[in-house]
Amino acid sequence: MSADHHAAPARDGFRLATGGRIDRATPLSFRFDGKAYSGFAGDTLASALLASGVKLFGRSFKYHRPRGLLSAGVEEPNALVHLRGGARHEPNVRATVAELFEGLEASSQNRWPSLAFDIGSVNDLFSPFLGAGFYYKTFMGPTRGSWHLYEKIIRRAAGLGRAPSEPDPDRYEKAHGHCDILVVGGGAAGLAAALAAARAGARVVLAEQDSEAGGSLLGERAGEGLQWAEAAIAELRAMPKVRLLLRTTAFGFYDHGVVGLVERVADHLAEPEPHQPRQRLWTLRAKQVVLAGGAHERPLLFGDNDLPGVMLAGAVRRYLHRWAVAPAERALVFANHDEAYRSALDLADAGVPVAAVVDPRPAPGDGLAAALAERGIEHLGGHAVQRARGNRWLIGAEVVALDGSGRPGGRPRFLACDLLAMSGGWNPAVQLHAQAGGAPRWDERLATFVPGTAKQAERSAGAAAGRLTLTAALADGLDAGLAAAEAAGFAAKAFALPEVETEAEAVPTGLWEVSGRKGKRFVDFQHDVTSKDLKQAVQEGYRSPEHAKRYTTAGMATDQGKTGNVAALEVLARARGQATAELAQTTFRPPYTPVALGAFAGREVGRHYHPVRRTPMHHWHEAQGALMVEAGLWMRPRYYPRPGESLRECMNRETLHVREKVGMVDVSTLGKIDVQGPDAGEFLNRIYANGFKTLPVGKARYGLMLREDGMVFDDGTCSRLDEQHYLVTTTTANAARVLSHMEYHHQCCWPELRVHLASVTDQFAAMAIAGPRARRVLEKAVTGADVSNEALPFMGVVRAEIAGYPIILFRISFSGELAYEVATGADHGLTVWEALLEAGREEEIIPYGTEAMAVMRIEKGHVAGGELSGQTTAADLGLGKLCSTKKPYVGHRLKERPATADPQRPALVGLMSLEDNVGIPAGSQLVADPQARPPVTMLGYVTSTTYSITLDRQIALALLTDGAARQGQTLYAANPLAGSSVKVQVVSPHFFDPEGKRLHA
Amino acid sequence: MRIPCPWCGERDAGEFVYGGDAGLRRPADDAPMQDWVDYVFYRDNPRGAHREHWQHVQGCRAWIVVERDTLTHAVTGSRPASEVAAETGGAA
Repeated sequence: MSADHHAAPARDGFRLATGGRIDRATPLSFRFDGKAYSGFAGDTLASALLASGVKLFGRSFKYHRPRGLLSAGVEEPNALVHLRGGARHEPNVRATVAELFEGLEASSQNRWPSLAFDIGSVNDLFSPFLGAGFYYKTFMGPTRGSWHLYEKIIRRAAGLGRAPSEPDPDRYEKAHGHCDILVVGGGAAGLAAALAAARAGARVVLAEQDSEAGGSLLGERAGEGLQWAEAAIAELRAMPKVRLLLRTTAFGFYDHGVVGLVERVADHLAEPEPHQPRQRLWTLRAKQVVLAGGAHERPLLFGDNDLPGVMLAGAVRRYLHRWAVAPAERALVFANHDEAYRSALDLADAGVPVAAVVDPRPAPGDGLAAALAERGIEHLGGHAVQRARGNRWLIGAEVVALDGSGRPGGRPRFLACDLLAMSGGWNPAVQLHAQAGGAPRWDERLATFVPGTAKQAERSAGAAAGRLTLTAALADGLDAGLAAAEAAGFAAKAFALPEVETEAEAVPTGLWEVSGRKGKRFVDFQHDVTSKDLKQAVQEGYRSPEHAKRYTTAGMATDQGKTGNVAALEVLARARGQATAELAQTTFRPPYTPVALGAFAGREVGRHYHPVRRTPMHHWHEAQGALMVEAGLWMRPRYYPRPGESLRECMNRETLHVREKVGMVDVSTLGKIDVQGPDAGEFLNRIYANGFKTLPVGKARYGLMLREDGMVFDDGTCSRLDEQHYLVTTTTANAARVLSHMEYHHQCCWPELRVHLASVTDQFAAMAIAGPRARRVLEKAVTGADVSNEALPFMGVVRAEIAGYPIILFRISFSGELAYEVATGADHGLTVWEALLEAGREEEIIPYGTEAMAVMRIEKGHVAGGELSGQTTAADLGLGKLCSTKKPYVGHRLKERPATADPQRPALVGLMSLEDNVGIPAGSQLVADPQARPPVTMLGYVTSTTYSITLDRQIALALLTDGAARQGQTLYAANPLAGSSVKVQVVSPHFFDPEGKRLHA
Repeated sequence: MRIPCPWCGERDAGEFVYGGDAGLRRPADDAPMQDWVDYVFYRDNPRGAHREHWQHVQGCRAWIVVERDTLTHAVTGSRPASEVAAETGGAA
């Protein structure tokens, strides 16, 4: 069907008066770079701007060259804009996929002060110095020291768009799904596959990234194919087992048939509806997958092929047929295959004069020469475009004849045009296939990569499999759908496909890079990589695709080389004197197209970032005004300030009160593990460095656990409740790790031991009562047990009751004071806590927090997190004598390695600040002379620090070489990052009551 | 990735914690130091079939021995580690 070329359709700007899939009854107004425009519902930002005659869409990354639209889809490398302002501001949005809505605001990127006049374009003049890998060669030699000056400038100039600076106001959801067949792509092949599987009764999910299904059918002249597609979509919509996900991109193919998809629920609206998330992230598990994601068109490489006005031929057709935009006064087509001729014919039929079709091949396929002649379009076979001309946009092209061996020769002929539709062929979208473990292979005929052997339950169909004509795509889609359904266990039946017009196939032959001395031939448009850069990479030794990619940055931009990768590989192969088939593509990784971080975060943001664990007494602490601190996932009370009290004042008050009277702290967060069985004692003997098999019933003991490599892993107390029953405590941070460690050794090393392990951390609430008056409080609160010093000596354990609830009472101390711990069922933790407070009223009991607790344990030299770094041994911490020599245990061999057992290793010491009120920062390096020129010998480092009210000094714990010999010495705790140091004296780490008299009171 | 727990059935890998090569035997307490060093620090890095430990921490907490292909992540078998350890004589 050919139109009457003498009665061209009317145009308003570049918008045709009729046609397109836009809704002309719904005009929309929007702004771009502050200027008002209008479009229609169904437009993208790109199509609406193109219709309005806009040519400039951005400035390129490195050279700041003026850029226009190259494509009409997700592969767009140039037209990246800032979309929306305020909190929903989004950078690097491809204008070709941004759906237009009323009031849309967008602006161009990477230009100053304006798109039309950009200072950055001076970079283009410096381009000889800005070639591939230039930053590896600059800032060397005498200018090296000035890097910190250059860095600020470069940092500001780097990147394309600006990131948003306000919190995202939208909600994002995550969904999990299962299906029998997932079809990626709702074009001809995808629809055929989905229909075949759905009619066989399978649960089908069809994911289409566009706002409507139909794929490339939406961008060609309407015909039988489009009619069939519309019927297929209607049928699929009506089937209950089919889920049609529009505006949904499959971005990643993971192991075991898991595909990640992002559904853009509300991106096309100014704001999501109140009930809607902005986007939804799907983790979909499919038995079988059909990849029908289509193909991307390739550019041709000629001088200044990046000028606004140079577009991909298929994109030109899409703008024409889908959005009724004919963006030209005069067009030129340059292609090395038959399919692109359609662009010339369609443009002419839409009333756009086409100057010529330039084709390196001497003659095109059947009927095409005649079709061109009918429309008065010149055919220049055996010719090529050598250079596009224009300042900020295309005004014409220089066309040369090719000699017998395909080389340009003779004088170029200038053809005026403002649209150059180019095509070097099509590249199937093999990304998802490659992510799924497939290895795409080179197809010589189509001069591109097609899917190879699939490693997972997936198959490609249609253009994604290299079936580039509609007839082939439909048939391939049907086959794939049938095969997928059968593989998933369904009996599938073939059905009749529509009779569609035979199409010319895109089999590229002949030249695709046109040599010439002038102009840059761009391969990767977004990263400004030219064919010269790739040749340079090979010259400099970066020959492999993986090296050349990273050296030139080709394929590394947000478009991930969709238009440029294959061309880049061809340039590379040519430069290496090899065939492209001998080179492998670089690895494709998810996401296929950019995915907002919000989608990956889902609802797990803010307060929901990770689970919060609270003790049974949590709300009591808060009600008392305690300031809470995060200890891993737990919330613990840090201190309970009185009105007007600072942290320092409060922690001092709490510490003094505990040391002089009595206080209580919530220790429920410590790990607790129940160990039972005939071999429980033997098991613990093998797990702990010290002995537990002969621990008497009713006694507790400090337990030291090593890793198998001999380093200290964790510490705690282990109590023997009965012959075959122990209760182990761990540090808060290591609770889960210790349990797994114990379970590993039981199940994987000693399965013959009869022992059961259970986590009871959450089951018990625990509180420590410490201070000289502690016993008096317990005497009042506890029933069912004698808590006198004789009946319950230090390290004794007994069962009793408080407020009618069963408790386990331990006489153990972390603070160094006379102290007890009470463990009770979590459900009545608060009741017991309050009962103790009531019982201690006369003794003036107060609650204290982790801050005061830390002060006291440092004063006593008890090791905790800072010392249990995983890099210290028992001997380092002064606990070497605890390690048994009488029985084997985890870590006992490797702790005897020469370096691990070296007595010269830094050992635990105490430090006292010799400068009034100057604290000793944790992490400070201990040195003899802080003024010495680097490198300075590090003698040790500070692990824990505090102001001690008890001693009225700033103190710290540290690891120091020759710690014992250096007692009394003066050293410096240096903090080079802050440029400061403090004079300290080396003392015993047991600052307070070193003999432990108060413990045994 | 899905891992078949012998007790709980096929579960998402996120429910498990990886425990490394399951082919190692904990040396006898009096074995030479090099045996201990090998056990703690040295690992083969096979391309292909690998027998490894996983713990089903968000389920039954069993340690299991899983056969996984390190290249394709195809999981071909799983057994309770305690069973395997009992058969092979576990470790000292």
